[in-house]
Amino acid sequence: MSDKVLMKGNEAIAEAAIAAGCVYFFGYPITPQTEVAEYMARRLPKVGGLCLQAESEVAAINMLMGASAAGTRAMTSSSSPGISLKSEGISYIAGCDLPCLIVNVQRGGPGLGGIQPSQQDYYQATRGVGHGDLRLIVLAPSSVQEMASLTAEAFDLADTYRMPAMLLADGALGQMMEPVDFSAFPKRDLPPKDWATNGTKGARKKNIVNSLFIEPDKLEQSILTRYERYKKVEAEEVRYEEVMTEDADIVLVAFGITARIAKSAIAEARKAGVKAGLLRPITLWPFPKKRLCELADTAKAFVSVEMSMGQMVDDVRLAVNGKRPVSFFGRTGGMIPSVEEVTAEILNVSASL
Amino acid sequence: MDKRLVKSCSVVVGHYGGGKTNFAVNLALALKAEKPQTPVRIADLDTVNPYFRTADASELLLSRGVIPLLPEFAGSNVDIPMIPSALRSAVRDPAGFTVVDVGGDDGAVALGMFRSDIKAADAGVFFVVNRFRPLIATAEGARDCMAEIEELSGLRCTALVNNSNLGAETEARDLLDSLEYARECAELCSLPILCHCYMPALVPDLPEKFASAGGDPSLLFPMEQATKQLF
Repeated sequence: MSDKVLMKGNEAIAEAAIAAGCVYFFGYPITPQTEVAEYMARRLPKVGGLCLQAESEVAAINMLMGASAAGTRAMTSSSSPGISLKSEGISYIAGCDLPCLIVNVQRGGPGLGGIQPSQQDYYQATRGVGHGDLRLIVLAPSSVQEMASLTAEAFDLADTYRMPAMLLADGALGQMMEPVDFSAFPKRDLPPKDWATNGTKGARKKNIVNSLFIEPDKLEQSILTRYERYKKVEAEEVRYEEVMTEDADIVLVAFGITARIAKSAIAEARKAGVKAGLLRPITLWPFPKKRLCELADTAKAFVSVEMSMGQMVDDVRLAVNGKRPVSFFGRTGGMIPSVEEVTAEILNVSASL
Repeated sequence: MDKRLVKSCSVVVGHYGGGKTNFAVNLALALKAEKPQTPVRIADLDTVNPYFRTADASELLLSRGVIPLLPEFAGSNVDIPMIPSALRSAVRDPAGFTVVDVGGDDGAVALGMFRSDIKAADAGVFFVVNRFRPLIATAEGARDCMAEIEELSGLRCTALVNNSNLGAETEARDLLDSLEYARECAELCSLPILCHCYMPALVPDLPEKFASAGGDPSLLFPMEQATKQLF
């Protein structure tokens, strides 16, 4: 019998989180991620955990902060408008140096937008989720298998660097079903949570988890210390996949579900005689800028393919640093670009070189 | 397929993501193919999931002469959870076949308003199981799921549909290995097996292997991929 099971992306996130030792889930329903909470509600009580539907997204993110401060593995999950509501709490969590997982199964925006898949929250995830100098580790799965494996990885990364991690998926990945193998996820050696506010038992000094520093020099110092860790993340945790980039004249850059479309499109372009390749960032922060800069020595042009009006394309331009032209192709508002559209764009760019 | 269990009205229920919609669409297509002169309708009663639903198969259904009864605004910008208005009269019509595709798990609550019509129609209520869906991967899990559906809908399931599959990666051995699971489910749920589903496009040699594994070939139900494939 196959070791695999057939799962929705949203369920794979939930099951992988439980397998990774997550014991608390705080959320509020929103399409297209509700199955994460539904699955947690069914499964977590059976493994001694707690799934709580909060009165709002704001309440859920603050519950997550408390659970994380107490040293437990905990997560929340939402979709685009819900993440906007959580952003204040995410900033507090970053300011308190707390590890946790925040899942965003993106839908179309702005505003209430729509319920179909999008990648319009790239800026939000990599730049603007909450006030202050802060970063999240942002992982972008591209299959139901990765919805599971990157969920487990996100928890470990968050614990290793004492910072929140975000899984940035989309409605298509959340809803689609694929076989998943849960048998072999790598495990990291994790630092002890000796900072947790989980009771001194009279045996140690009390721990304080806090993001308020009235004296500016102390606040500055806390930020500088945090940025030393961010630097380490940028040096050691960049992850990406490359497909046929060795001889590629045109390199597509695409993440998540869009990378699957791009993969088919580069194969089509090659049939038409255009050497195309793909770089798929798996970590959106840290972004694979060094590798893109190297590829600019051999490739002639870059195309960022996204389900937005063009957000990651800014990071591609920064990475390529003017060495080669960088253009954008995408659909937005819940529309998914077709393989034909992306192939035609590759051929257009090729003709313009 | 055990055709004695199929009545003029077939209600398809089960855990979400188990393959209900694909089975429901294929059942409607099979009924139409067998009796081309009889009206065959399929009703989308899924008020739960706006991503995968019967409405996606409209074109295929219409091209084969099956009448889809969809929520009035399906696929439009006001695709809100609602019940197709023609459903009640369809269920009450003894002259044709009506297949009702119900939303997963607690989506069965939407059946409540049609309870008396469905009971009066002496409908077949088909519980779809899939060995590869984790929450119903054991006979106990399947029984709990069925019990929840029966409680919410006020209806009793009448037969079990074994639709064990791993999507496009399904191999013949996965299906053969699911036979024991299907038997356990049938026993624990006290239901007869309506059919074992398979896709000839994926596993063309299945009937032969099924027979040599001791399966009853008359219970096999060949299906095509009728629901939307995102990728």
